[in-house]
Amino acid sequence: MTQAREISTKIRSVQGTRKITRAMEMVAASKMRKAQDRMFAARPYAEKIREVIGHLAKSHPEFHHLFLEKREVKRVGFIIVSTDRGLCGSLNTNLFKLALNSILEWQKKGADVRLCLLGQKAEAFFRRIKGEVSALTTHLGDKPAVKDLYGIVKVMFDAYAQKELDLLYIVHNEFINTMRQQPLMRQVLPIEPEERTTQLDYYWDYIYEPDAKEVLSLLLRRYVESQVYQAVVENIASEQSARMVAMKNASDNAKQLIDDLKLAYNKARQAAITKELADIIGGAEALNG
Amino acid sequence: MSETTLQVDIVSAEGAIYSGSVNMVFTMGISGELGIAPGHAQLLTMLKPGPVRLLTQGGQLEEVLYVSGGILEVQPFGVTILADTAVRAADLDEAIALEAKQKAENMLKKKQDWMTYSTAASELARAAAQISAIHYLKKRDKL
Repeated sequence: MTQAREISTKIRSVQGTRKITRAMEMVAASKMRKAQDRMFAARPYAEKIREVIGHLAKSHPEFHHLFLEKREVKRVGFIIVSTDRGLCGSLNTNLFKLALNSILEWQKKGADVRLCLLGQKAEAFFRRIKGEVSALTTHLGDKPAVKDLYGIVKVMFDAYAQKELDLLYIVHNEFINTMRQQPLMRQVLPIEPEERTTQLDYYWDYIYEPDAKEVLSLLLRRYVESQVYQAVVENIASEQSARMVAMKNASDNAKQLIDDLKLAYNKARQAAITKELADIIGGAEALNG
Repeated sequence: MSETTLQVDIVSAEGAIYSGSVNMVFTMGISGELGIAPGHAQLLTMLKPGPVRLLTQGGQLEEVLYVSGGILEVQPFGVTILADTAVRAADLDEAIALEAKQKAENMLKKKQDWMTYSTAASELARAAAQISAIHYLKKRDKL
């Protein structure tokens, strides 16, 4: 009977694990929906601000703003958005691979690389990589506020403004749908103005208060903030859906394992009974004989 | 869209706050109070933290919202407010930026407290602006 008991202990432990993975799957599913809502809620702001910047850049060609101009690239900044926790499949690994490839490429070209890390996973990973880490934020939680990002955005933004950076990328996971997330690297600065296909009917310009330059620099700062916020929220939605899928797979595997173990348990139990019966019958026959 | 109304959209980076057509908008611009009626010239201004008043239904109804600063864009047919999600002060931003830097510097060590005077000052500014919005609402309801 010892073998059967061993198996039943094992079954119980796998059942326990399965309960946990099921629960995590459910939690991730509900968090994902909320994260998705936040992701969509952030879009109108980013679109509007882009529109205004586009107009400003068009109607004031005389001031080549620092943030719209391409410079020779000597120093590159990367904002890398990762998760705080694991158990979300290959989400972070794929992201870091993409970031690392690009970092190595720039380093080969002789550019300095500065990193700005979000999330504990990035902290743990990039600690081992050569490259200056200029800002770090962890434990943003599931509901990050734009407020939580001011610090790191300011570090990178000011570095760019003081020409300590010539190019700024943001690396995060793009949420395509529940089943698919894709690592994505985007250029944040300098801003590439969208090509407007339709020409303006007539020339117009805003009245600026206090003046165009100040408004523009505020707009740009808010723009970068909203870009980073959006990346963070999108990464959270990706994290939750990746976790949901990973946990679903784990639950399915656990179910499979339990079924197999149950079969083994029944076989062992049956074998034990048969053996016992054989012993009894053997014993009885010996007495009769 | 008729000529007597403006489309107003108030959005923050974290989500939409208000959307609808109104007759007039009153708010605090960086260089003074603003009243915007339909057909206003294009205007782009920074906002001070404070109430935004919206007159709807022919000026009979009034809605008051509170924004903690941001940017106001006016087009002849509509108004967009890109609201900040919190009151911003330059020195507070500085403090937070410093924290992020420091955190990077001692990635392995524990981080410290940075709640300072600037945090308190910005909290106070926000509270004051909120109080003024509340006062305004109270006064209006009495009349």
